[in-house]
Amino acid sequence: MRRIRTVFDLEKWKREIIAKQGQYETEISVCGGTGCHAYGCKKVKNELVKAIRKNGYRSKVRLKFTGCRGFCERGPIVTIQPQGIFYQRVQEKDVPAILSETVAQGRVLEYLLYEDAVTKRKVTSEKDVSFYQKQQRVVLENNGLIEPTKIEDYIRIGGYQALAKALGEMTPDQIIDEVKAAGLRGRGGAGFPTGIKWEGCRKAPGFPKYVICNCDEGDPGAYMDRSLLEGNPNLILEGMIVGAYAMGAKQGFIYVRHEYPLACRNAETAISQARKVGLLGQNIMGSGLDFDVEIAQGGGAFVCGESTALIASIEGKVGEPRSKQTHTVIQGLWGKPTNLNNVETWANIPMIIQQGSQWFSSMGTEKSKGTKIFSLVGQVKNTGLVEVPMGITLKEIIFDIGGGPQNGKRIKAVQTGGPSGGCIPAPLFDLPVDFDSLTQVGSMMGSGGMIVMEEGTCMVDVAKYFVHFLQEESCGKCLPCREGLKRMGEILEGITDGQGNGESLFLLEELAQVVADTSLCGLGKTAPNPVLSALRYFRPEFEAHIEQKKCPAAVCTPLIKYAISQGGCTGCGACQKVCPTQAIAGERKQPHRILAELCGKCGSCRDICKANAVLVQ
Amino acid sequence: MKPKTVNLTLDGALIEAEKGSTILQAARQFGIHIPTVCYLENLSPYGGCRVCVVEIGHNGGGKTFLDTSCTHEVREGIVVQTKSPRVIRARRMLAELLVASAPNVKIAQDIAARMGLLRVRFPMEDQRCILCGLCIRMCSEQMDGRALGFAGRGVTKRVSLPFETRPETCRLCRGCDYVCPGMVAPCPGIKEPGELCGRCTRLEEMPNCCPTGTFGCFCERNPL
Repeated sequence: MRRIRTVFDLEKWKREIIAKQGQYETEISVCGGTGCHAYGCKKVKNELVKAIRKNGYRSKVRLKFTGCRGFCERGPIVTIQPQGIFYQRVQEKDVPAILSETVAQGRVLEYLLYEDAVTKRKVTSEKDVSFYQKQQRVVLENNGLIEPTKIEDYIRIGGYQALAKALGEMTPDQIIDEVKAAGLRGRGGAGFPTGIKWEGCRKAPGFPKYVICNCDEGDPGAYMDRSLLEGNPNLILEGMIVGAYAMGAKQGFIYVRHEYPLACRNAETAISQARKVGLLGQNIMGSGLDFDVEIAQGGGAFVCGESTALIASIEGKVGEPRSKQTHTVIQGLWGKPTNLNNVETWANIPMIIQQGSQWFSSMGTEKSKGTKIFSLVGQVKNTGLVEVPMGITLKEIIFDIGGGPQNGKRIKAVQTGGPSGGCIPAPLFDLPVDFDSLTQVGSMMGSGGMIVMEEGTCMVDVAKYFVHFLQEESCGKCLPCREGLKRMGEILEGITDGQGNGESLFLLEELAQVVADTSLCGLGKTAPNPVLSALRYFRPEFEAHIEQKKCPAAVCTPLIKYAISQGGCTGCGACQKVCPTQAIAGERKQPHRILAELCGKCGSCRDICKANAVLVQ
Repeated sequence: MKPKTVNLTLDGALIEAEKGSTILQAARQFGIHIPTVCYLENLSPYGGCRVCVVEIGHNGGGKTFLDTSCTHEVREGIVVQTKSPRVIRARRMLAELLVASAPNVKIAQDIAARMGLLRVRFPMEDQRCILCGLCIRMCSEQMDGRALGFAGRGVTKRVSLPFETRPETCRLCRGCDYVCPGMVAPCPGIKEPGELCGRCTRLEEMPNCCPTGTFGCFCERNPL
């Protein structure tokens, strides 16, 4: 590898890479994101490597193993350029056909194309897939174009140009002004204006200064930071180097949990390649900037996503938060000024520098600018990573991009912001998605998790799940979070067990408010949100559990009873076979019945019954 | 030389406090009582028990927030309320949580009694350690032992020796015992689970149930 000493070196190298890669006639990209890995994309890729070698296509075809493309529901995804063909659910056995038909003869394989759920038409190219149509993919765009382990790919698509511009044409103050003018707000959840944070760090006395990238994403169902760091680590690095130049930092850390092995590996590779070419280290691009980045692996504690706990963890101490009266930009890592931003925030920086603050602030709403990546999961048709401009409505995300509910049920609520957020009920789906309006309805943006729940979800059960999650993840330092969450969990447990009484809800609310008021860190302060928002929008459901001892969604097992409709039962005996407790009695061809005293309420009979004769009360 | 001071409002009174001191120190200096559990003079503030929360705002309105007075340093122009309804509500709930998990620890009983709690709405447990971390800080900050630390997380958190064995740095000085609130003889007044008698706060005379005979001060570490 060469060394980049000046801006011209970068330009020259970029031209050479383009010339060199121009020799390929076809480019096959296999999505190597975490979702596609679960579907077996690695096997597909290995098979493709073998087949390309066997057929002698090595000089003609370039195979790329890219980062996450977002449409995880339909993985593994394979795209073929320059035709722009989009294949989904590709398996090993499809590989020979892809090479012999599509690559050699240019024919499109119908059975691998995506079928639109509404029009039932097969769609050939990626941009016509309904999942992508309403999205505005700015940050995620390049994930599908580059191989994350090759810095050349990143340079080819214009990588490190923003750094060249920042170092060559701008002063640190100009960069901070540009970020401020762009109106970028922290993507980690709280939405603090990034420019103001940077200014605080730049002005803070102390040396050396540090910048940290927070990739300790741990919300259930959220994986956008992980996919960004896995799919485009150089983008994060570039943002961090620009930030380091603006704030005068000498050392950077990427804090990533060890449960994200691919993210660790790809970031490590990107750092070592950037060091080799001189984009990290001494005198970067001849500007006199010295900066290096290290990876700090976390043990996978949810609380370590909190800035002071994260800093304690990097320092080698127990990951516990401390009092934040003095902000980390003044006194952070080892007591020095430290700027900590989320992965997505750093990823936005190169684009703001290169395309200007005006371009960036043209997207989004008045107070929330730019785009935001959400991980859309739960009971929708199209799950995956979506990037949308701020201000888009929840309805558009869930129904237009997500394709609406699975198997024809009604959507009841959406949970945003992970365990710190809340549930937003379906009547509020016209709400524009930005920092302030989500906070207003009792939820929050969070880092961007979005869990869609259909009518068969019990909101008491959901609240209980999140409280239990946080109870396990609480560091235990402060009393309200440690004891308060435990007690909240006990109360909710009691309600779902049918032991709630008139005092339960009152006590739960009072306790939730005190936990939010007095906890030490963000984890505890936002922990009651799922409970409070569920109480705010779904109070009748809680009351049904307490007063009538019934679970309206038929989820809480102690409160439900299974029965067989005598009219509907065909007497096939299928339920008798699956019942683990032999609780179903009845002759063949005669209506069966359930013996309540033996019934374990597992629901197997309902799942297997073809006549839908098993009723839940 | 006169030490640098800042002006703040404490419970409605304009006071001058030494720069760099905490709200708790300033309040105690002026005779305002704020109950504490995990705080001990000459040990670094921990901010874990949250019992010493006060409501902090700024001159000229704006939103107020709660923070622990043992960690919050005084700043020019802040308005502090140590007994606002919001503080009392929070402190009562914290006392209830504390006494529900450790009904046989004197300091938990004291704070519950002082907050006027007569009934605990949570199922009673019987923990002896309230995880205040005083022993750990005593060991490392005053005795230079560093023999104690926290292990585990959340509800399974506990005070532990490294790898559960006594390290050489522990000189059996008993500093940890000396500061441990669990080592104070508890009030035997709690008989029925969930019921607190609170007699000591209501009677004019010292009830004969107080084991330490410290009626009125509840605990020497928590002077009124």
